[in-house]
Amino acid sequence: MKILVCISHVPDTTSKINFTNNESEFDTNGVQFVINPNDEYGLTRAIWFQEQQGATVTVVNVGGPETEPTLRKALAIGANDAIRVNASPTDGFFVAKQLAEVIKSGGYDIVLAGKESLDYNGGMVPGMIAALTDFNFVNSCTELTIEGTAVKAVREIDGGKENISTALPLIIGGQKGLVEEKDLKIPNMRGIMTARSKPLTVVEPVAANNNTKAVKFEKPAAKSAVKLVAADNLDELINLLHNEAKVI
Amino acid sequence: MSILIYAESAEGKFKKVAFELASYAKKVAESLGSTVTAITFNITDASELSKYGVDKVLKVNDSKLANFSAKAYADAIQQAAKKEDAKLVLLSSTTDSAYLSSLVAVSLDAGFASNVVGLPVSTSPFQVKRNAFSNKAFNITEISTDVKVLGLAKNSFGIVASSSNLTEEDYAPSINDADFAIKIESTEKVSGKIAIADADIVVSGGRGLKGPENWGLIEDLAAALGAATACSKPVSDLGWRPHGEHVGQTGKPVASNLYIAVGISGAIQHIAGINSSKVKVVINSDPEAPFFKVADYGVVGDAFEIVPQLIEKIKAFKAQ
Repeated sequence: MKILVCISHVPDTTSKINFTNNESEFDTNGVQFVINPNDEYGLTRAIWFQEQQGATVTVVNVGGPETEPTLRKALAIGANDAIRVNASPTDGFFVAKQLAEVIKSGGYDIVLAGKESLDYNGGMVPGMIAALTDFNFVNSCTELTIEGTAVKAVREIDGGKENISTALPLIIGGQKGLVEEKDLKIPNMRGIMTARSKPLTVVEPVAANNNTKAVKFEKPAAKSAVKLVAADNLDELINLLHNEAKVI
Repeated sequence: MSILIYAESAEGKFKKVAFELASYAKKVAESLGSTVTAITFNITDASELSKYGVDKVLKVNDSKLANFSAKAYADAIQQAAKKEDAKLVLLSSTTDSAYLSSLVAVSLDAGFASNVVGLPVSTSPFQVKRNAFSNKAFNITEISTDVKVLGLAKNSFGIVASSSNLTEEDYAPSINDADFAIKIESTEKVSGKIAIADADIVVSGGRGLKGPENWGLIEDLAAALGAATACSKPVSDLGWRPHGEHVGQTGKPVASNLYIAVGISGAIQHIAGINSSKVKVVINSDPEAPFFKVADYGVVGDAFEIVPQLIEKIKAFKAQ
């Protein structure tokens, strides 16, 4: 079983978000980058398939050389090899085209991608690669087991979950639940050392349209100060919620 | 040319997001001098859409489509878009709509912007404002393709009444058996509870509740308000509550009218996930808790004393 895990290189979830160059670019100054959390759940599940079912795990990222430490981290966690498509990931469709090309040439059985990245929150790449490859596709996936080519998956739906059966080849839009939080792996020294010698192949992008582009960023307007209500005056809270905020 | 919307429904009834999407589409159609066409699945009476400015509805009634199938629904939507020569296809941001939206976009060679939070900033070039960086910022995205797909963020536009003369048309797109390779074996819905995604009010608890045995406090407050319950990440990581109730950056997003946080300090990742809620209330014993910086209303004090009193007062208020 050949698994491809798509990795987005995103600001750490605690990062302060600022913009530069006349609010047209994300300011990376002082920002720590990590594996996109939704991708990390998928990566950890993929490593489980590697350890328990003999799968090989390749990680892929579309990005510049600055994203290589993130790919090395994925290798340190246990991926067998890595691919970096040397292009700036400015549009979801462009990225999906690059990934579809990697999938077709690599003969993967299953592709795990996070259901969305925590930077642009486009949430479109898994579905687009499914449309471009015609693989089966489960989004918002919270559980995944594979026996031969038979797949069982759980999809989160609004207000519950759906138990799904399908078959390989398959694209997964993964999220929290794919593995337990406690099973997320922190690279150890041995992993970090071996990651240095694992193959990281750089490939050039294929021609593809950029259907969208981010032209400008804005920060939310500053909030007015909280109105504090005394703990012994809860009638006032109800009054404010009813008459001022009009939400009850 | 018209604007096509996918009017989502469940068990034969429209979801609220369908009316919000119709309201949004109507407003965009006015600025473009266009009309609004909706596509529905297994809806017998679509007349409700005439209250929100929809001009025409394509009703797909097919027993094969009784259950949601992203691929089959996407297939039907893209066929409808081509039939109507729609240059703009509007979708919601529910789990189901998010599932099919990129399939629709690729099949129409359309640029796609998700999490859109307002009317187009400009129609030529076509630019929309959307949530990005997990609600810590907005980004203006320009779509350069002829056909465009937008996903509207929940509760970002609101429902606006606008009556119209609705033409209803039965529509039978050709659906391929290969579209059903994903088989739904069973569905588990938490019965008797309001889903976070559908809720106008969400009551959420954090580690300040001290243990799962105290969760009744959250549930009782939610019941008094007709609200959904949710929790912070530590609470789901500790196993006090199921993952499905975790709201925040890596959990579910919340865009309710009212969000009440009890015993949640307000880590940046939590705030990112709930920041789209209109009104935020925090109850916390620590006046320095970061949640007070983002809340509209706050009560400093012991949740175990405040919440029971609040429940009684809300019940009395509702009884009026």
